[in-house]
This record gives sequence, structure tokens and C-alpha cells, in this order.
Amino acid sequence: MEKPQSFTFSVYTENNLGLLNRISQIFLKRHINVESINASESEIENVHRLTIVVEITEAQAIKVAKQIDKQIEVIKAFYHREDETIYRETALYKMPINCLYDGGRVQELISDTYASIVNVSKDYFVIEKTGKKAETTRLYNELRPFGLMQFLRSGRISVTKEVMDISSELTKLVS
Amino acid sequence: MPETEKVTGSEAVMKTLIAEGVNLIYGYPGGAIMPIYDALHGYQSKLKHVLTRHEQGATHAAQGYARVTGNVGVVFATSGPGATNLVTGLADAQIDSTPMVCITGQVSSHLLGTDAFQETDIISISTPVTKWNYQVTKASEIPKVLSKAFYIARSGRPGPVLIDITKDAQFELSEYAYQACTAIRSYKPVPTLQMSQVEKAAELINASKKPLIVWGQGIILGEAEQELQTLIEKASIPSASTLLGLSAIASDHPLHQGMVGMHGHLAPNKLTNECDVLIAIGMRFDDRVTGDLNRYAKQAKIIHFEIDPSEVNKNVYVEYPVLADVKQSLQALLPLIEENSHPNWLDEFKQLRKIEDEKVIQAQLSPTKEGLTMGEAIECINKATNNDAIIVSDVGQHQMMSARYSKFVQTRSKVDSGGLGTMGFALPAAIGAKMGALDREVVAIIGDGAYQMTIQELGTIMQTQAAVKIVVLNNEFLGMVRQWQELFFDKRYASTEMTNPNFVKIAEGYGIPAKSVSKRKELAAAIDEMIACETAYFLEVMVEKEGNVFPMLPTGASVSDVRLS
Ligand SMILES: Cc1ncc(C[n+]2csc(CCOP(=O)(O)OP(=O)(O)O)c2C)c(N)n1
Repeated sequence: MEKPQSFTFSVYTENNLGLLNRISQIFLKRHINVESINASESEIENVHRLTIVVEITEAQAIKVAKQIDKQIEVIKAFYHREDETIYRETALYKMPINCLYDGGRVQELISDTYASIVNVSKDYFVIEKTGKKAETTRLYNELRPFGLMQFLRSGRISVTKEVMDISSELTKLVS
Repeated sequence: MPETEKVTGSEAVMKTLIAEGVNLIYGYPGGAIMPIYDALHGYQSKLKHVLTRHEQGATHAAQGYARVTGNVGVVFATSGPGATNLVTGLADAQIDSTPMVCITGQVSSHLLGTDAFQETDIISISTPVTKWNYQVTKASEIPKVLSKAFYIARSGRPGPVLIDITKDAQFELSEYAYQACTAIRSYKPVPTLQMSQVEKAAELINASKKPLIVWGQGIILGEAEQELQTLIEKASIPSASTLLGLSAIASDHPLHQGMVGMHGHLAPNKLTNECDVLIAIGMRFDDRVTGDLNRYAKQAKIIHFEIDPSEVNKNVYVEYPVLADVKQSLQALLPLIEENSHPNWLDEFKQLRKIEDEKVIQAQLSPTKEGLTMGEAIECINKATNNDAIIVSDVGQHQMMSARYSKFVQTRSKVDSGGLGTMGFALPAAIGAKMGALDREVVAIIGDGAYQMTIQELGTIMQTQAAVKIVVLNNEFLGMVRQWQELFFDKRYASTEMTNPNFVKIAEGYGIPAKSVSKRKELAAAIDEMIACETAYFLEVMVEKEGNVFPMLPTGASVSDVRLS
């Protein structure tokens, strides 16, 4: 049996109310858990882009991509393996203010991981780290013992490594 | 710019329906759709409305109408329970690719999300069972959205669309500007034919020693019956149908090998695992057709003529897809096909057919025991109608029997709930079929269980005088489930025995002539009388209680492991 791996779906769509629901139901129907989802505008005017990350087999990914592509308001759906994309996720870590000065270990972590402090207040401060999931997870594990107050990771954003002229292909489709 | 008139949203619905060629609507009114019904009242000469007795009945009637005409079936329902009652019909139409547009009323837009009276989120509920759905909150959107709905429902691989219209949008005045929808930039209904795929397919078919065609409803939806028949005859290819493909080719065509699948015919099932080239046309390799996929046509090169790219390689790996509209691809294929004959291969079908005749069919058609069989009742219907009725079946043993024993001479003559297997489908679907084909005999073949799921539609027949012939094959069991209990659950008949009412009296209560027969010598005359009747007619045939449908592929079995008893 083929092993599940991480796949990123890039779905170019019309901005239609209910479309997100329609697409997430395609995963639900097949009992596939969505790991992250991000909606944004795309490089083409009036075309939106969803970036969806799931753990499935490639055989499943091919079928799911076709099912997504088939939806009326989907302009085009692509799927990519992890190694085919350049991707980032942003994580925010809210920490108690005292650990910033406690022995300097937290400051060391921040500079070692190229994270940054984006906000400081009387009681807490907020660290931001952008990177791959493994990197934000590593920092999460390191910060936990210092009393991590809140943690949040964004949906994935990704672009393909291949030059793959999606834009011109899409422009053809939408013009 | 021409002056455009201001009309209410409800009137815009009527005008758009007429512009889309609609003249028949099935539905059921209620609070949130009252403005639309009020507008309908003024359009009665152009738009006939049939009041069914349940919204599910309206969907199945629209499906029956769509299946025999090829037109889009149209349904109206109110919000809340009216809308949720559509779900079964939507799911049925979605899985069986039936063009349908359902229009639901919705609470006023300022009430959305407040749990207002009869508010239900039908957009979310219907999403997985529609090809497209959309909520309208402004009257000005109506012409555009509705014409888009019809375009989507009927183009490419057809399917159901639901449009939910808030009550304020139904009242609101706006300028009516209709333009037929002919394209949507994000939707490509028909893939562009690639000649290289057709050439490859022709090459394989010409070189094949043991070709087998399995066709599905795609042939009927794509109106490619003639092309299919030419292909079959030119290359002398034994061919079999899926349940939904039945009637696309006349039953007595010498190359017609019957039906494939769980209760299909022995020869095409078994020889699926012997053919060298399997030519699948407008079918989707449903599990009821393929049995165990690991032992399905592994020896064969498979060609798949298909309009929907997501069906290719979904269940069966296909090396040679031909993606296009089937009429177009078959027309491109035909000139490349060489005349051929396969006498030895056809002989293999004949021999298996003989075995099936002796071991299964004879016992159905010329029974020696007392109880009536479903097969002999169906055979009488064939005779009384010269094989030229539209047969609408419900779901269960009687459905498989009518698929196996009904005969057809023209296309669009078999209406089934295939993919969903919806009990209760036949009576309302037969009403729709009759209204779509007034000059044809429409016979609904229904089990005693399934009949009682939508029996209230007798009221629709009473009111509209639709001349539907209703045959209930009564075995006093939920027969198909009982058969499985007998074969796979040690005959433990859990909740499958039925205590039934007097069906004759019920039909008579609705003013429908009715009769019940239980003796062989009365059967043919009763069926003749039913067919001769000008109006609707109800006939109950008491059949053997524990009859079984064979041949059968038990779940998980391979198509070559057919059980004959
Ligand atoms: C709505 C619905 N509920 C349950 C089933 C499961 N089911 C399939 S066939 C069948 C029995 C049908 O009994 P009947 O209508 O009497 O027909 P018979 O099999 O006896 O010909 C049942 C319960 C179904 N297909 N549809």
C-alpha cells in the first residue's frame, strides 16, 4: 500500500459564497482530515486561491484534485507533493513577560531561530516565526516549558518550485 | 438600450422558466415560496404546475420526466421542511446524472441566521448532492442565476441544481433582463476530443479477438444510441448494458448480451474476465457493476469513453481513456473501425446464455411450482405492450427482475433509481414519465414495501388523471433484504416481513380501478385488462413469498464468481 504523505492543493476559484464549504465537503466525504487551509487573492484579478494541506496517498490526491476541479466555480485545481513547493506558515507565540529576562535562554532561542518579537506589553510579549511546519513546531516545543500562553499557526501559503506558468494557463482559461 | 420593464422577483422566475423552455413544474407550496406560487397563478396557461403529495414525490416526478424527455425537470418547494424533503431526490439525481432544477423559497434575507420560522440552511445541506447551488437575495439576480442553473443542469454530465430564493427577493421589483447562459469561464462541460485517443481506441478494437462493450446511461444522455448500434454491428461486438443504460439498444438485438452487474446476466459478467479489450462507454464502473475490483477484467485492455474526467481511473485503472462527448467520440471512431466478426467469441456468450436459460430463466418464465414468479408477471407486461412500454421500477427484487425480464424496442424506456437505490422512487417517477411521454404506455413495477414509501402520490394521479399503470409485485416481504438474510444471515428474517393493507381498496379510494391476482390462470388477462384501460390502473400480483433473484454476485465476489442459485 502506498503511504500517505503531505499534499498541497492549490485551487483557483471564483469568489463564490459557499464554495469553501463545497470544497471542504469533498474531503469530508472521503474521510480526509484537512490540516490547514488558507484563502487569499491570487496573481490574477478576480481570481481567488485556496491552499489546502492534507495527508493522503498520491492515488487519492489525483482523484480529489479531479473532484475539486469539477466544481462549477473552480477554475483550476493543482496538487503538489511537499518537495515540489516552497511553502511557509507563520506562527505566533504569546509568552509571559518575565521569561524574556529569565537567564536569557528565550532571547537566545529567538535569535537562533530567526524569530522576532512583534509586540511587548506589561504582562506578555509576542514572538513571530515564519517557516516550515517542523521549524515552528520545534520552537513551540522549546518555548512550552517557559509558560507559553497562546500559540497559533496560520494556514500554509505555497508556490511551486517548477516555473510552471500557472498564471498564463489560467489567464487563458478565464479570458 | 431597449426599455426594460420592472417586475417582481417571482415574476422574473416565471419569465425565466418560460425562456428556458419549461412548461411543467412539480411542487408543493408553503409560506416562504408563496409569492412565487402567486405569480405562477397568473402564468397557468404557459406553466403547468403539478401538486404532488410530498416534496420527495415532486423530485422523483421531475426525474421521471427528465429521464424520458431529456429535458430539465423543475421542482418548487418551500423553505425548511419543504426544502429538506428534496434531499433524497437531489441525491438520487446527482448520482444518476439527471438534469433537474429545484427552486426553494427561503426566509427573508434580514432573517437569515436567526432561526426564523422554517429557516433551514438548505445551501449547506444540499451542497454534496447538487452539481451547483446558489442563494438569491436580490430580485435582479434571478434571470441570470436561473439561466445559469439550467445551463449547468443540462450541459456536460447533467445533474441537479438548487436555487434558494429569499422571500424579500421574490417580492422585490427589478428590471427584467434575460440572456441565455451559454458559457461559464470556470466550467468546461465537455472535454475537447483528442483524435489520438480515438485512433488508439480504434486500433485496439480492430485488433481485438474478444472485444466486449459495456455501455451505460451516457449513451442515452449523449443521444448516441445510433452510433453505438453501428459500432456494435460493424465490428460484431457482444455488448451489455448497465442498469441505467437499458433500452438504449433494443433487447432482442442479436449482439445484446443483457445486463452486467450484481444481478446481471451470466455471460457478460463472466466473460468480462475473458475479453481481451473491454470497451466501456458512458458508464462509471460502479461497485454493483464490477464486484471485486482486484479481480475485474485484469486480463483486458480497457478503453473508457467518458465525458467526466473525474470518472477516469476512479475505480478501475484505464489505460485508454477517450474523453469527450460520447456522440462526438463515437462518430469520430466509426470510420476507423473495420468490419469484423467474432463467431467463436460470440459462441461463448451463447453457451453461457444457454446455461442461464436452463438454470435460472426457465424457472422464472415457465415455473412449475404454484407460486407466481415476478418474471412471469413481467413477461405478461412485455406481451401486452409489445415490448414497447416505459418501465419505471422501484428498488428491490422487483427492480432487478424488471431489469432482467423487461424488453424494450426504443430508447429512454427504462427509468430506475440506480446509484442511490431509492425506495419510493417509482410511483412519482412514473407520473413524471407519463407526463413527459403522453403517447406511451408507462408501467410502474413496484414492491409492496417500496410502494408504501410514496403511496400518497396516488393523490397526484387522482388529481392529474395521469394514466399510469401500477403493478405491485407483492411478496409480503422486503424481499431483497430478506434474500440477503436468507443467503448471508442464516435466514434470520429481522424486520423484513410486512403486514400489508388492502391495496385494492386504497387505490379505489383514490378513484383508480384496481384488481388483485394470485393465480397463474388469471395473470395474463388481468395484465391485458390493465394495459387496455384508458386511465390509471392498479394491479396487485401476489407472488411467491420467498422467491430469490439469480444470478447473483455476492458482495466482494468477482464478476466471474456468479451464483446461479
Ligand atoms: C429508502 C430506502 N430504504 C431502505 C432501502 C433498503 N432496501 C433495499 S431493497 C429493500 C426491500 C424492498 O422491498 P420491496 O419494496 O417489498 O421489494 P422486493 O424486494 O420485495 O421486490 C430495502 C428495504 C432502500 N433501498 N431505500
